[in-house]
Amino acid sequence: MNIIVLAKLVPDLVEELTIDPGGAALDLTFARWIINEFDDHAIEQGILLKERGGGTVTVLVPDLDGADDVLFTAAAKGADRLIKLGGDFNGVNNHALARAFAAVVKELQADLILTGVQAHDDLDGSAGPLLAECLQMPYVGYVSGVSINDGKSLLRKEYPGGLLAEMEVTTPAVLGIQAAEQPPRYVAVSKVRQAMKTSSIEEQDASSLDPCGGPTVGRMFQPEAAAHATMIAGSPDEVADKLVDLFKELGVL
Amino acid sequence: MPIRETFWNIPHWAEITQYILAFVTVVVFLYGVGRRVLRWRQGQPDATRRSGHFWRRIWSLVTQVLAQRRTLDETYPGIMHFTIFWGMLVLAVGTALATVDWDVTHLIFGFQFLTGWVYIVFELALDVLGLLVAVGLGMAIYRRYVTRPARIQDFPARSLAWDDLYVLVMLAFITLSGYLTEGLRIAVTQPDWAAWSPIGNAIAAAFLALGDPANQTLHLIVWALHVLTAFGILASLPFTKLFHILSVPLNIYFRSMQPAGALLPARGDGGVKEWKQFTWKQLLDFEACTRCGRCQDVCPAHVSMPAFSPRNMMVKLETHLWAKANGQALHGDVVSAEELWACTTCRACGQVCPAFIDHIGAFVDMRRHLVEQGEMDNLLQKALMNLGRYGNSFGQSERMRAKWTQPLQPPINDARKTPVEYLWFVGDYASYSPTLADITQKTAQVFQRIGIDFGIMYDGERNAGNDVRRIGEEGLFEILVEKNNQALSKCNYQTIITTDPHTYNTLKNEYPWNGNRPAILHTAELLDQMIASGRLKFKRKLDYKVTYHDPCYLGRYNDVYDAPRRVIAATGCELVEMLRHGDRAFCCGAGGGRIWMEEKKVEERPSEARVREAAALAGVQTLVVACPKDVTMFRDAVKTTGSEARLVVKDLMELVHEAL
Amino acid sequence: MSQDIYVLIEHLRGQVAELSYTMLAAGRELAQGAGGNVVAVLLGHNAKELGKDFAADKVLYLDHALLADFTSDAYQKALADLIGKDQPRAVLFGNSSIGADVASVLSMRLDLPLVSSCRSFTQDGKFVSQICGGKIMAEGELPGPTALVTMVPGGYQPDQGRSAAAPSITEAPVPALEALRVALSKYIEPETGDVDISKEPLLIAVGRGIQNKDNIELAENLAQAIGGVVCGSRPVIDQGWLATSRLVGKSGKHVKPKIYFAMGISGAPEHAEAIMQSDTIIAINTDPKAPIFDVAKYGVEGDIFDLVEVLTEKVQQAK
Repeated sequence: MNIIVLAKLVPDLVEELTIDPGGAALDLTFARWIINEFDDHAIEQGILLKERGGGTVTVLVPDLDGADDVLFTAAAKGADRLIKLGGDFNGVNNHALARAFAAVVKELQADLILTGVQAHDDLDGSAGPLLAECLQMPYVGYVSGVSINDGKSLLRKEYPGGLLAEMEVTTPAVLGIQAAEQPPRYVAVSKVRQAMKTSSIEEQDASSLDPCGGPTVGRMFQPEAAAHATMIAGSPDEVADKLVDLFKELGVL
Repeated sequence: MPIRETFWNIPHWAEITQYILAFVTVVVFLYGVGRRVLRWRQGQPDATRRSGHFWRRIWSLVTQVLAQRRTLDETYPGIMHFTIFWGMLVLAVGTALATVDWDVTHLIFGFQFLTGWVYIVFELALDVLGLLVAVGLGMAIYRRYVTRPARIQDFPARSLAWDDLYVLVMLAFITLSGYLTEGLRIAVTQPDWAAWSPIGNAIAAAFLALGDPANQTLHLIVWALHVLTAFGILASLPFTKLFHILSVPLNIYFRSMQPAGALLPARGDGGVKEWKQFTWKQLLDFEACTRCGRCQDVCPAHVSMPAFSPRNMMVKLETHLWAKANGQALHGDVVSAEELWACTTCRACGQVCPAFIDHIGAFVDMRRHLVEQGEMDNLLQKALMNLGRYGNSFGQSERMRAKWTQPLQPPINDARKTPVEYLWFVGDYASYSPTLADITQKTAQVFQRIGIDFGIMYDGERNAGNDVRRIGEEGLFEILVEKNNQALSKCNYQTIITTDPHTYNTLKNEYPWNGNRPAILHTAELLDQMIASGRLKFKRKLDYKVTYHDPCYLGRYNDVYDAPRRVIAATGCELVEMLRHGDRAFCCGAGGGRIWMEEKKVEERPSEARVREAAALAGVQTLVVACPKDVTMFRDAVKTTGSEARLVVKDLMELVHEAL
Repeated sequence: MSQDIYVLIEHLRGQVAELSYTMLAAGRELAQGAGGNVVAVLLGHNAKELGKDFAADKVLYLDHALLADFTSDAYQKALADLIGKDQPRAVLFGNSSIGADVASVLSMRLDLPLVSSCRSFTQDGKFVSQICGGKIMAEGELPGPTALVTMVPGGYQPDQGRSAAAPSITEAPVPALEALRVALSKYIEPETGDVDISKEPLLIAVGRGIQNKDNIELAENLAQAIGGVVCGSRPVIDQGWLATSRLVGKSGKHVKPKIYFAMGISGAPEHAEAIMQSDTIIAINTDPKAPIFDVAKYGVEGDIFDLVEVLTEKVQQAK
């Protein structure tokens, strides 16, 4: 079984985000690129599938700072093939990413393509379903459990409130992983170092980056900083009224 | 002239038989010992030098084996063991002398040295020291079967109870049969000097009525039993817990002469998965364990998780070495991950162990395997990932590391840009924990008031790695060391200071300074120096009655006990010691990475036990600590034990700040 | 080609998602600017009556046995056909397990622009999306000709998407749903037993300030009134006042509810860290310097006992 995992790198939210002087994009000069959390789950799910049923896991990452780390870490977990997609991915949208990925993935004869269900910087949908359509494959997202046999994949899809749906998808298919069946495992630094010695990263160039289909941002801004709570003052009665209003505003009443 | 025919009443054939038996015994003994030695040799080479320091090692044997120093730390078990040890030693040597006297010097050279007054002293010594053994054995039997302290119960293997019983029975029997043989001999021969064997003489009196031929026959029978027992003991020594007679002195001799705070580095990747991956010294450690359980009594992890005890770990590991291939895996079947993660690495076990076992080294080696397998709880995993990504367990940006300095005026020097005398390695908790920011700021103010020329590394600093290493993540530790070294190499300084004992320990004992280790001081030591030199003078005299908690990594690991106490005294506070203080201080439970792990349901939290101990001291309102993690742990415990009205937790720095 | 705003209604087993009402409200705002109608698009089987409280000008109902339950493939096919034919100004989807499975695929299939994580629209019809965990807002012109938009909650009141007057419901043709590659096997009910607080959207959290076990009841009452679940910080669980499964913090669960209502919790870092991912934290504490106020969005300085009962009452009235 040939499992492909696509991983995206996103700016680390631990670092303070700033808007670039143009006012319409993030200033990524000092960004720390880390793997999209859901993609980390997708890698884990891929490895789990391999551990259960054999096959190979190929991990694809766009070439950004930290891509090698992501790939070697995946290798330390058990990924077999590491591919870095070359190109200027700084600020590239998911439509472009999906098209570029699709060109590479087409050649890989995938049985199953896993990717994170979303990323925090998605502004034009998520990469998974966009890619699925480029490849004419079915897509199911919000998946938290996968098994595969006989040209079909049986999966669990999450709905709000804890409801799950068991679905059957013909393969090859693209799945948007919400959570792997177990949290992404820890890989000891020594194992990553070992992987650096024993595995190699294939570099492929993205043929083109076509962002068509994504929106154009006119302005980016930070919502009012919540450094300290907005204090609600007054008598208990007044406070209760204000809280009720707040609950309504937040959509719980 | 007082003299004894050693083989009096023993027919020649019995004497010959005895020597044949002796030969067999020696063969069995050597086989048993050889088997042990071969087993140790299946272990890995040890990176620590186990040779060298010859005289220091010999001196350890004198103080710890002959003088039984650690064994005597506890009165009852100490006296019990001391009497048995010395009693048996003298009796064994005496018996050997008597044999040499008769079958070597007398037989071959025709002379005896056990004659005259020498013989009298010899008889008296043996007679009285035999009593010593009897007293010790009595204490041992009473303790094991009547008072039954929890720590020497036979868990985890039932069969060990038989081992314990066997040893006591054999020792009791050899003592008893020895006295009987002596008594019967005296009863028959009635020498003039019989009074010099008071106990033998008293026994003889009891047998006098029996008459001669009966006593002679009885003597022969008892003698035979005595000899058989003696050979039995000797032959079984390498197969029973009596083996500690050999393994403990060896273990003491080969103990690490490095600072206690320097953990053995990982050997290759992956830690210990199977017992053969332990070093030979660790295998010797396991076999040196006498199951005395002193470690268990002082273990904080045992308090929170009674199923865990360093003693049981040693026993289980030792048993595992000798289990025939039964398919049991070291991890999972013998030792559980839960047990391995329970240890706080406080080193209380190692501090009290009369056999000088390094428990923690073995635990960390096994943890290294767990880390390699990614077997850990989610919080610990998150902490390690944060440490890998951001260099701190809080998962915050390194740019936020010095956020606590913002309100301070004048701003603190960046040691990477300005040469400073003192480089302050702030540490994770002091830097990032919002509840500790106040103390960290006060620390800076104290330095400023004293007029110390100091700086910090701002975002260049990383977690020093002490606990990362003890979690078993050696690779991450190496990365942290590397990053800190990069930052340190940009700084111009003379001395490193820190409030964090964990940081202090690893910087001082584990960082590779390539022979250029700077002075490294804990702030308690720094303040102590400043007070001594007159640079730090207090305006106010505090009148609190306080108690002081010795942080494990400052006290036990680095022997800094007096400096913080002198600082406390200088502030005018009255110090009342807890029962467990100094090298016996009871760990707060945060060490060894425990602070990053999920807290399972626990019997009692070590921190709470400690807070109760402090709160129970009459008139003490303040628990003074010298470790940022202690502040966190104990302030929490004060709340959860409902001791807010009784006890306040203060960092040493807060006390100093207040008295300035 | 029209200026209509289509809203894909999300429903599961006869229940319309709250988010759909929020989107109807958003659709109204957008439609007013664009000068079109709000059209609710309902896909289902024998599910026509679900549309009767939609605040929409029109409901387009697509009925097919294969649309009885959501599957991405069938929805994509049906919607591609509809959107391709009608070419509305915009189609709103939930940024959810249903909408997100469909919108991106349609964007590629129909070659239409897509905006995701939209929280609201400006009066002049710009989208405002919330990205980077809510730390950044991105605003832009709604792309044309037909913009596909996935929406997150929070920008509009779901109530504004409800209407007492039933809208007109028109059946729309369903294309052939053949060669479907995704099929529903079954639903799996959430595990019964105690709740999983890490998945609850509304948590009433109690800390040491609750003082004793009896006061837990106050929190339970409030939780019941507002439809939340009670959880607690360590001291509370330690005392045995709440089950361990309700523990939030270092030793318990990390939670990410929409609302975390913290009563008498000081907000030690271990606790704060575990609640960081909550959408909105509201805290009540007697200590104005309690660190909980640094992580909370809204704070009340005061005694919980003065407030809770009044609040419970008012919440009940407000329902």
